[in-house]
Amino acid sequence: MENRPLFKSGHTACAGCGQAIAARLVIEAAGENTIIANNTGCLEVFTTGFPESAWGVPWIHSLFENAAAVASGVEAALKYLGKKDTVNVIAQAGDGGTADIGLQALSGMLERGHDVLYVCYDNEAYENTGIQRSGLTPYGANTTTSPPGTVSIGNIHPKKPMIDIVLAHGIPYVATSSAGFPRDIQRKVKKAISIKGPKYIQIHVPCPLGWRHESGKTLDVAKLAVETGLYPLVEYENGVLVSKRQIVPKPVEEYLKVQGRFKHILKNPEELKKVQEIANNNIEKYGLKVQTQ
Amino acid sequence: MFGPLIVKSKKVKCDKTGSWRIESKPKYLQKNCIACKMCVFICPEGCVSGKEKNTYHTDYNYCKGCSLCALICPKQDIEMVKEETKLGELQGEKK
Ligand SMILES: Cc1ncc(C[n+]2csc(CCOP(=O)(O)OP(=O)(O)O)c2C)c(N)n1
Ligand code: SF4
Ligand code: SF4
Ligand SMILES: [Mg+2]
Repeated sequence: MENRPLFKSGHTACAGCGQAIAARLVIEAAGENTIIANNTGCLEVFTTGFPESAWGVPWIHSLFENAAAVASGVEAALKYLGKKDTVNVIAQAGDGGTADIGLQALSGMLERGHDVLYVCYDNEAYENTGIQRSGLTPYGANTTTSPPGTVSIGNIHPKKPMIDIVLAHGIPYVATSSAGFPRDIQRKVKKAISIKGPKYIQIHVPCPLGWRHESGKTLDVAKLAVETGLYPLVEYENGVLVSKRQIVPKPVEEYLKVQGRFKHILKNPEELKKVQEIANNNIEKYGLKVQTQ
Repeated sequence: MFGPLIVKSKKVKCDKTGSWRIESKPKYLQKNCIACKMCVFICPEGCVSGKEKNTYHTDYNYCKGCSLCALICPKQDIEMVKEETKLGELQGEKK
């Protein structure tokens, strides 16, 4: 990877950006025979300030809502040329571009069965335009469009169940991963591209700016999300849960207290309990707890 | 007003993001390194390289000083030290 970098230095992500970590790991795992279609969002903005590009592979910018549609077209063209078997196609976007505005394009891509890997970089808000709430913003988070105050506790909606939504399309591979677990990301990307058909990977990527934590905390924050049960790392093949990262669950406070966006929740025992319940439900649903003999 | 639609990818040469470092920078001690490459994996800038044990280092022209490499190193072989590079000192920086 040192010889021919596929994701080059000099991009303008904030220091400690989780999305920059994950995006490089993804393309390095996929390799140079890859074409990327990329929605608008921080990733597109910080890697492709005209006239430069950090990408060492063919990369096409779509609109905010249609990386999945553009990638579908690229895949269809490669098929027509008889070249699909030698080239990977990746569609990638943020959580807003995936779970909100790009959801129908993604659904269409999955339904039509395109041989594309879709990667959602989940930093849990519209970071590029100033931290607005998205369908993947977690319960209680403070964003500029879900501020806590006397009449609200922050974001009042739970995270959209994207994993269940894509699984319902009956696609062959679905997984979650996290910037705190680099080897996990690379293993899952390699597995995904070895499978034919539509694949979906959603990666939890801390955003120091939007989540209000120091640049050096990205790793801790990402790991704590997994270790508390708030961001389960799971993997499905043909609808069957084939792997999950098991944990000795830590209390959710440990994750919440390292980020400014949850400061108000820590002072509100009732709301704190609700967040703990979300983690408990995940732990139950996926059987995350390490079994001790 | 219309530029070319296809751009040759190159290292973003004029963006010496190393100038973003304000307080500290990583010092690769190269003493107890086991070549696990975790620093390479975690660096958001992709500016860490090396081949074998005790050869890993960062490119200060691009390192933003986030300290993630120092935190992930299982051997504590990367230390954050005070930043002393002055503005305009980065290699080949445009005046
Ligand atoms: C149709 C359309 N609406 C709105 C925008 C403005 N816009 C650009 S990026 C962005 C937010 C992207 O959020 P997300 O997909 O979560 O990616 P992030 O920046 O958080 O990585 C928005 C709203 C746009 N470019 N196009
Ligand atoms: S705002 Fe967040 S996602 Fe965007 S570049 Fe900065 S840290 Fe990364
Ligand atoms: S301090 Fe951050 S940017 Fe600099 S080399 Fe370490 S991980 Fe990379
Ligand atoms: Mg986002």
